Amino acid sequence: MKKLTQKIKGLKKTTKVDFATYLGVVLAFAAVTLLGRLGLLNRFLTGMLVPICAYIVMAVSLNLTVGILGELSLGHAGFMSVGAFSGVIAAQSLQASIPSAPVRLAVAILVGAVFASAAGFIVGVPVLRLRGDYLAIVTLAFGEIIKELINCLLVGYDSRGLHMAFNINGSLTISDLGLEPEGIAIIKGAQGATGTTTIATFTAGFILIMITLVIVLNLVRSRAGRAIMALRDNRIAAESVGVNVTKYKLMAFVTSAALAGAAGALYGLNYSNLAASKFSFDTSILVLVYVVLGGLGNMWGSIVAAAVLYILPEALREFADYRMLVYAVVLILVMLATNNDQLKALAGRILPKRKGAADNG
Amino acid sequence: MKKKNLVAMLMAGAMCLGLLAGCTSPGGAPASGEPSQGTQGSQPGQNDNQGGQTTGTAGGTFKLGGIGPLTGENAIYGKAAMNGAQIAVDEINALGGAIRFELQAEDDQADPELGLNAYHKLLDDGAQIIVGSVTSGSGIAVSAETYKDRVFTLTPSGSSVDVISGKDNVFQVCFTDPNQGTGSADYIAENLSGAKVAVIYRNDDAYSQGIRDTFVAEAGAKGISIVYQGTFTKDTQTDFSVQLAGAQNAGADVLFLPIYYQPASVILAQAAAMNYAPTFFGVDGMDGILGMDGFDTKLAEGVMLLTPFSADAEDERTQGFVKKYKELHGEIPNQFAADGYDAVYVIYEAIQAAGCTADMSAADICEALVKSMTAISVDGLTGQGMTWQPTGEVSKAPMAVVIKDGVYVTP
Repeated sequence: MKKLTQKIKGLKKTTKVDFATYLGVVLAFAAVTLLGRLGLLNRFLTGMLVPICAYIVMAVSLNLTVGILGELSLGHAGFMSVGAFSGVIAAQSLQASIPSAPVRLAVAILVGAVFASAAGFIVGVPVLRLRGDYLAIVTLAFGEIIKELINCLLVGYDSRGLHMAFNINGSLTISDLGLEPEGIAIIKGAQGATGTTTIATFTAGFILIMITLVIVLNLVRSRAGRAIMALRDNRIAAESVGVNVTKYKLMAFVTSAALAGAAGALYGLNYSNLAASKFSFDTSILVLVYVVLGGLGNMWGSIVAAAVLYILPEALREFADYRMLVYAVVLILVMLATNNDQLKALAGRILPKRKGAADNG
Repeated sequence: MKKKNLVAMLMAGAMCLGLLAGCTSPGGAPASGEPSQGTQGSQPGQNDNQGGQTTGTAGGTFKLGGIGPLTGENAIYGKAAMNGAQIAVDEINALGGAIRFELQAEDDQADPELGLNAYHKLLDDGAQIIVGSVTSGSGIAVSAETYKDRVFTLTPSGSSVDVISGKDNVFQVCFTDPNQGTGSADYIAENLSGAKVAVIYRNDDAYSQGIRDTFVAEAGAKGISIVYQGTFTKDTQTDFSVQLAGAQNAGADVLFLPIYYQPASVILAQAAAMNYAPTFFGVDGMDGILGMDGFDTKLAEGVMLLTPFSADAEDERTQGFVKKYKELHGEIPNQFAADGYDAVYVIYEAIQAAGCTADMSAADICEALVKSMTAISVDGLTGQGMTWQPTGEVSKAPMAVVIKDGVYVTP
């Protein structure tokens, strides 16, 4: 026991924070599961667990781009969209061949991650070679393009396999796919994916958060991660010591896109109806707000911010029409409060071991 | 500087508190008093009427849960539907009969994600029957859950077939999108024979795309020639000169517009500006164009539309409803308000037919209502003698009207 405490004390501060983050997520999962088993959670909270998990993964992955890499991405919802729709297609078409829902969900999440990382690679290769704010501009356009493309997409599945059509001039319908009578329509253009079998679970969401944390935290603390942060802090200095700019930037950006795709697949399989318009600019900004409020580069901050800020507008339902107004005021207050020196000093006096408190986060 | 910051924060905090204090009873959404946190069915007839001791006679206060967009860009539909439903609830409660209703409306911003959140909250608050969702997108997600949970669902205006398909406990008050498309094509084939038709529709909207798809299919079957099809999206609904020129060059003399009235108003104005005057033909989304702020109703002269509801109808019930709605909300009710109003009356009739009592569980009410829904026939604002198929689809006659001197008249 003594040895263990000594060992923990001997760890680096960042390692301690990382372990505390893992521990916090595990404890939160255990607590929520326990409460759920005891029947103490109402349906309202239970219903929000999966989207919260998806948004936490989104926030952590965006934090990798914005906080660690230091590039602004305004189209993170676009990657989520790619992941969501490819995941839904995978899950719906594999219904017969993989009867087990958890396995199918895992496959769908993997497919979502692969497709989103491919999209991230295509966007990243040309843009990350440039200096300045180009990534923000291109990702903004990317999100809108993906939205329009999926609006034109018709996908169906029958015993002969997947059928796809691209409805560019708006004259095709799902019947043009020539599906067999028992075939299913998976994506119906503007209507999006309807009739999806919902297989996403809170446990799967928890596992996805843990995997995301392991990937992101290990990447950040590795040699590659230090190179990425060096690029963020001073590109010229990093280049001068031989850091390959495009390679490391791409590494962070594609990882971030892949994780967003995984989150999208989890999200998409939680709703029986999903339209492309959901993944608009607004959603990208929403996730960016989670990241900024949680603290740039601060992973546990992103987790807490995503969870709290998702529940907040829902908890404010009592205020009906005014709830978004109240939500905005609360956001401003949080921004002011976390940046106020006097409050910080006050908190320091009340919590003398503030350093320790932060580590438990 | 720092002191100033603190003062600013305190001010913001005070503002926030003021807000909280000031809006305990929201204006637009029907307030439902304290949400009763108890489990479902724990409120047996607490009213002075006979309550629900005996099964067979319907009675008690049923809690209805309304879901619709009360904020956001689609708020006009959700608010209208919920306001209409609230008027029906008040009327039924004023009758002093055995059956009483309580309506709690929750916002979903027409988003499936928020729709489910709203639905879960309503169940927590003890809702036994769901009136919603107002929009199809959210409705598909919500009805999938209500099917699993066995909660009876009646959507006022979620018109997509996917809302009801495969769910025996989900019913619609409005026409399905395919029905409107077929109905319009049949009407044009019958009354405007030989017309060259152009279609302008919004291809990122399930409602518009759905109607257009069945319209084109039925038009093919009826031999109507479609000479031009133009599309637009949410982001391009401010300019239609390309589509209108396309329709004009193709020689179209009927322009079919399966779209909502906001973009339709732009089309009417632009067509007038380019001296293009075909017969405009709309569906139920066109309803509301006359009440639109800043719209010159002269432009809508001669527009034909297929709508289940006309605020200018002569019958006593419609007149009474329109008058009450105007008094309460200061505007002429649109079709969504009538759908919401009818939805509550349909539930009322179904409960009477099934003999449900308010202390029954949501699942028991659901089973009873599913049986009685296919047996009842309801006269409402949006149709006389409405009956329902086991699939959840409503059977009622569509009504074609033409706008003349700023009011609807039947041609």
